[in-house]
Amino acid sequence: MMPTFFALTGAVLMGVGTYGLLALPHLLRRIIAFNLMGSGVFLFFGAAGARGGAVDAIPQALIITGIVVALSASALAVALIVALARSTGTVTLADEDTTS
Amino acid sequence: MTLALDLALCALIVCVSLATVAGGGIFRAIIFFITYGLFLAIGWARLGAFDVALAEAAIGAGLTGVLLLAAHGRLRRMRTKAVVQRTGLNLPAALAATAMTGALGWAWFALPAPSVPDLSQSIAQTGVGNPVTAVLLNFRAWDTLLESIVLLAALLGVWMLAREEDWNTPLGPRYHALSGGVLVGFGRLLPPVGLIFGAYLVWAGAESVGGAFQGGTVLAAVGLVALMANVLPAPSISQAGLRIALVLGPGVFLCTGLLAAALGSDFLSIAPEVAKAMILTIEIALSISIAVTLALLVLGPPVDTQGAP
Amino acid sequence: MMADIATYVLTALGLVFFVAGTVGLLRFPDTFSRLHALTKADNLGLGFIALGLAFQAESWAQLAMLALIWALALLAAGTVAQLVARAALAGLQEDE
Repeated sequence: MMPTFFALTGAVLMGVGTYGLLALPHLLRRIIAFNLMGSGVFLFFGAAGARGGAVDAIPQALIITGIVVALSASALAVALIVALARSTGTVTLADEDTTS
Repeated sequence: MTLALDLALCALIVCVSLATVAGGGIFRAIIFFITYGLFLAIGWARLGAFDVALAEAAIGAGLTGVLLLAAHGRLRRMRTKAVVQRTGLNLPAALAATAMTGALGWAWFALPAPSVPDLSQSIAQTGVGNPVTAVLLNFRAWDTLLESIVLLAALLGVWMLAREEDWNTPLGPRYHALSGGVLVGFGRLLPPVGLIFGAYLVWAGAESVGGAFQGGTVLAAVGLVALMANVLPAPSISQAGLRIALVLGPGVFLCTGLLAAALGSDFLSIAPEVAKAMILTIEIALSISIAVTLALLVLGPPVDTQGAP
Repeated sequence: MMADIATYVLTALGLVFFVAGTVGLLRFPDTFSRLHALTKADNLGLGFIALGLAFQAESWAQLAMLALIWALALLAAGTVAQLVARAALAGLQEDE
């Protein structure tokens, strides 16, 4: 019963993150939405692993790996955004710029 | 009783995530994201995954939050063009989001029955008591080795964004901690405690909850606080000690794997007699590398702070 | 049994303080009074919750860890409150 709640929460988080990734113009907010999607998938995966009675260690190890890799991807993305802002002066993508 | 607790926790997680993508400015979104990470860590503890809870709180909420806040500060100082917030719902995105949630929800109920593999026999042979550490550093050591190299690759990608003339500039923004002030006091008081905590987390990861990643993250955070308080001098990329610390973890890991291959058994296989000692060596080297790599990832590429920030 | 009652009472007291701090955060007009509400009420609330949990501890080591958690949270909250107040003051002086 309990893993089902967390799995459905993970599914909702994935949806919220997808909406943020597609709809928000500011690039930093897209990184946040991307992280929401990632943690939602991890929650879904972890809930699937918690279904059996005993503690299932393999999903947990894979999720820890995933969290660390998500951080390194976010760090690279954030550095790219700062470099983009330094060279063009905007934090949105050029074809989505609604101010010009 | 615990059902109500879990339901309330899940509802909280969903509400905070909705607040994260709602309007109101990016600083608000970052703070809500950090809070979301902490609630998620509690959720992991409820699911019985305590190592994951530690990792989510430290890395997912803590370090990612610091990363985003530092970037937000840098962008504000650059005075970029203001972003016009579109009002109203973006319908195609909302449809895609609903489809995604629906698909995952349907997939959950279509999952086959769970079959947990019985690892208890094999874990006794790995030399460690914590099953997650056994999986990370023994059964799936290949994944962890590649993960440490991925961290290094991300750091190299971040460094490549620096200009040629900025290469030797000290990393991180110029901090203005008042000497004798509160931050300097904090920066002197926290590192000893944090160092013990980080080392304890790495050591305890062998038998109970903890691990190299969680301990390494605590050490990285302690280093960042010391940097902010001007207690540690800002590092620069060309320092040899820094580069050695970065490569130490993956290097030791790779060498033990090659050593096992050279001695006749398979690459990265660990004989049960020397398992505990070998895993501990790998963990210590790995946590040093993880600490330095994560701290440098948050600090970003070297930039010229005289002109552009 | 007595320990459980003590835990309930102390945790409830801690929750009351946290609610008070949150109400202060939402209702006070400017940064400084909000900081006041947050640091005073929330730290006291955390202390009460830690004290309530101490009755459920099973060994001296767990007691020591609870005390350490409270001390570190206090240290961090105090430092951060000082820094936020100083930044808010600098922001105010810029505007004048």
